[in-house]
Amino acid sequence: MEELFSTTYPVAQADYVTAGKASADIKRRLKQLGVGGDVLRRVAVASYEVELNLVIHSLGGELTLTVFPDAVQLVSADVGPGIRDLAMAMREGYSTANEEARSLGFGAGMGLPNMKRNADEFDIQSEYGKGTTITMRFRLS
Amino acid sequence: MTIRDMVRILSARVLIGEEKLDTPVYTACCSDLMSDVLAFVDEKTVLITGLTNPHVVRTSEMLDLKCLVFARGKIPTEDILESAEEQGLVVISTKLTAFSTCGMLYEAGLRGVPVPVEWDSKEEK
Ligand SMILES: Nc1ncnc2c1ncn2[C@@H]1O[C@H](COP(=O)(O)OP(=O)(O)O)[C@@H](O)[C@H]1O
Ligand SMILES: [Mg+2]
Repeated sequence: MEELFSTTYPVAQADYVTAGKASADIKRRLKQLGVGGDVLRRVAVASYEVELNLVIHSLGGELTLTVFPDAVQLVSADVGPGIRDLAMAMREGYSTANEEARSLGFGAGMGLPNMKRNADEFDIQSEYGKGTTITMRFRLS
Repeated sequence: MTIRDMVRILSARVLIGEEKLDTPVYTACCSDLMSDVLAFVDEKTVLITGLTNPHVVRTSEMLDLKCLVFARGKIPTEDILESAEEQGLVVISTKLTAFSTCGMLYEAGLRGVPVPVEWDSKEEK
C-alpha cells in the first residue's frame, strides 16, 4: 500500500546520552498524524527498545519509520556485528549488555521479547559478522 | 488519591508540575529496570525509582506516565527536569526509601499495576 510518510534516524553506537531521542520524535510525529492509544504506546515501547539495542549492541545503524494508511512500520538496520545465536537472543533474560547499559536500567534481556509482544508482525534477520535487521509492523484499525 | 495526596503522605518535594497535583492516581510501579517497566506497564501510572538518568524520563514519555517519584531524596539534573517539564510529567522527590514509599502509598490505597500472577505451565522451574 502507498506510504503516507517515511523518515530515517541515524543511531550511533554507545551514544547513551541521546539514545531514545529518535523514539521520542517518532512518538511525537505519530501523534501529530492522529495515531493514539494502545497502538501508539506499543510502537513507542518497541521503538525505544530497538533504538537502545542499536546504541548498546550494534556498531551503529538507523531506524526508519514508515506510515501506511493501515499500518505503522519500524525498521532497524545496523552495520554489525550481528547476532551469533538468534534463538538465545530472543529468550527473556538473555543479555550481553555492558555495565554502562545496565547502570541506565537496560540490559535485562527483555527488549527483543518485548518488541515481539508489542508488534503485530515481527521479523528479525541477523548474520554474524554482517548485521541485524528488525522489521516490525503495527496495524492501525 | 491525587498526586497532591502522595506529596503529603511522602513529605515529598514537588520538582516539576505544581499545576497538575490534582491529577488522580490509582496505580503505581517501582523499579530501577527501565526494560522491566517497558515490559509490563500498559497504563498511565506512577513510577517510583531510585535512578535519576535521562532514560527514566524518556521511559515515562514512551509510556505517558503521570508522575515520577524519586526515592531517597534523589534529585535529577536540571536538563532531565526540563525534559520532564516539556512532556508534562509531574516529578516529586521524597526522602523515604523506595520500600517505605511503596508501603505508605499502598497503605493509603494505591495499588500495583495489574500483572498476571498465575504461572504459565510451560515456564521453567
Ligand atoms: N542490533 C543488535 N546487534 C547485535 N546484537 C544484538 C542487537 N540487538 C540485540 N542483540 C543481542 O541480543 C541480546 C538480547 O537483546 P534484548 O532482548 O534487547 O536484551 P538487552 O538489550 O537487555 O541485552 C543482546 O544482549 C545482544 O546480545
Ligand atoms: Mg535491549
